[in-house]
Amino acid sequence: MSRILSTFNTLKQQGKTALIPYITAGDPHPQHTVKLMHTLVAHGADMIELGVPFSDPMADGPVIQRASERALVHKVGLGSVLDMVKVFRQTDQKTPIILMGYANPIEAIGPVAFADRAKAADVDGVITVDYPPEECGDFVRELSARDIDPVFLLSPTTEPSRVDLIVKQASGFVYYVSLKGVTGAANLNIAEVAERVKSIRTQTDLPVGVGFGIRDAATAKATAAIADAVVVGSRMVQAIEASNDENLFENVAALMDELKAAVDAA
Amino acid sequence: MQLYDMPDARGHFGQFGGTFVAETLVEALEELRVMYEKYRHDPEFLAEFAYDLKHFVGRPSPIYHARRLSDKVGGAQIYLKREDLNHTGAHKINNTIGQALLAKRMGKPRVIAETGAGQHGVATATIAARLGLECVVYMGSEDVKRQAPNVFRMKLLGATVVPVESGSKTLKDALNEAMRDWVTNVHNTFYIIGTVAGPHPYPMMVRDFQAVIGVEAKAQMQEMVGRQPDAVVACVGGGSNAMGIFYPYIDVPNVRLVGVEAAGHGIETGMHAAPLTANSPVGVLHGNRTYLMQDVDGQIIETHSVSAGLDYPGVGPEHAWLKDIKRAEYVAITDDEAMAAFHNLCRTEGIIPALESSHALAYAEKLAKTMSKDQVVLVNLSGRGDKDINTVAKLANITL
Repeated sequence: MSRILSTFNTLKQQGKTALIPYITAGDPHPQHTVKLMHTLVAHGADMIELGVPFSDPMADGPVIQRASERALVHKVGLGSVLDMVKVFRQTDQKTPIILMGYANPIEAIGPVAFADRAKAADVDGVITVDYPPEECGDFVRELSARDIDPVFLLSPTTEPSRVDLIVKQASGFVYYVSLKGVTGAANLNIAEVAERVKSIRTQTDLPVGVGFGIRDAATAKATAAIADAVVVGSRMVQAIEASNDENLFENVAALMDELKAAVDAA
Repeated sequence: MQLYDMPDARGHFGQFGGTFVAETLVEALEELRVMYEKYRHDPEFLAEFAYDLKHFVGRPSPIYHARRLSDKVGGAQIYLKREDLNHTGAHKINNTIGQALLAKRMGKPRVIAETGAGQHGVATATIAARLGLECVVYMGSEDVKRQAPNVFRMKLLGATVVPVESGSKTLKDALNEAMRDWVTNVHNTFYIIGTVAGPHPYPMMVRDFQAVIGVEAKAQMQEMVGRQPDAVVACVGGGSNAMGIFYPYIDVPNVRLVGVEAAGHGIETGMHAAPLTANSPVGVLHGNRTYLMQDVDGQIIETHSVSAGLDYPGVGPEHAWLKDIKRAEYVAITDDEAMAAFHNLCRTEGIIPALESSHALAYAEKLAKTMSKDQVVLVNLSGRGDKDINTVAKLANITL
């Protein structure tokens, strides 16, 4: 069983919802990333979504765009992100790591070579925003052959017939994008999301994570009550952006503590 | 008979093209694909399109025999397909009318567009005004500065112009921002893409709407010269004017198709916008797989061309395919060569060409020199150069 699924199983036995923070690798500086990952885990991250910087992040709002730009100043590419995961794994063999990014950096390495290197770095899952299932059959097979979970996004515009197609390719969990728009966009409607998550559960046994639009303890708690995982991205990156070298880890820890308490209280 | 039959049902031209988008856009593209399939052969839709092309754009655009230029060059006869005479001054209007008519049929009251030089933005704002649609145009903030007259034109036409501050602040970033708008407002918004790139069905649909250029040219050449040209030359940024004139010629034997990219300061300097000529690697950007200018990490690199309309790191997937199957050849022309051709056409023929089209003219001159006087080169003069006079003056250190 994959590290992602066994983490979900353990949490389920404890009656808990997973908290998955997102950070962009290399933001604010590559030398901080591994320490930030350990900080996230120490303060309640059940898994980590690690963003791969890309020059043209079309699905991201301004907050995560700026994170990509900060990382790219230091030339943080997919290769260096995999190296960061390797270093992280030296002291944490337990927390699942899910890479999130765009197709082109993977295309540049090549899908087979990427899958090999991701396996060697002990990556657990991969989300590729602009690889819909119709376009990435070979890539999914390469990942699955190495027990890496291809994680797919479902959106408010995804028809039930498409959900079937997507969950056939997905493993680990599916990620429901709670609103139309880019990351960090406006308010989410919990009742609407709850309805969709319920409907998705009738089509798959995979855990359902929910992200986009979760910005504070209240939305985290409300989302935790209806999902198997709560993903917090832009809010986390905002905390990083608002920090300096002195208070970076302390600010991220404080936000995590707040979110963790909210998720556990659901 | 049309033997060439691309793309496949899912928008692939061999390994190129496809639908590489975030999940939220998949349904919207499917809706567009279905609606376009429904209307592309619908007599009423085609009649409305043809009516607007004739009465609003002024088609057919003439073909002009550039005799003095041909004599000066000393070789093949150079003919110009005069897309510069279209309403709004370029070929872009053909496509925006097609897509706006589709938007109307799909009940979308709001259209958005990306623009580099501003020609596609102006063409979109124009048809939006004519059809009473809300129009928002995304434009890199660098381009907003460089192309102030076009920004003002769009505003006169009632469009909202949004300067894009992210990334390199040019065309590719405007495209990113338009995608972000679309993903947010997909329920009421139609995204009018200006070139033969983007996810399926855009490359095919834009090509089809622009194919009027080549269809007319075939009939006009037959009438004027009694035969088809030996070579058809067009500039390629994303590649819509080139696809428009190439497409009806793909199955015509013995007609060379030559796409001219922007070599900027020279391919060897890296400061160019010529992914095909420079043998850039294959990658995925803006919804399709194609040849892309990128670094070893797969990050898209900044391009350079004196012509804003060619300043794009990728190229339409069908051009990538035509290159691979060797049906079309792709070459590149530097800023300096394009400027020389620009001045040459002004002085010998009394036509001020767009800097984009000047790349095609520059290569046509080179090619014509190697050919005999009874041979024919047809150049797609995709736009007029009024919009470029500030750029040209600045290069000559002249203050207007």
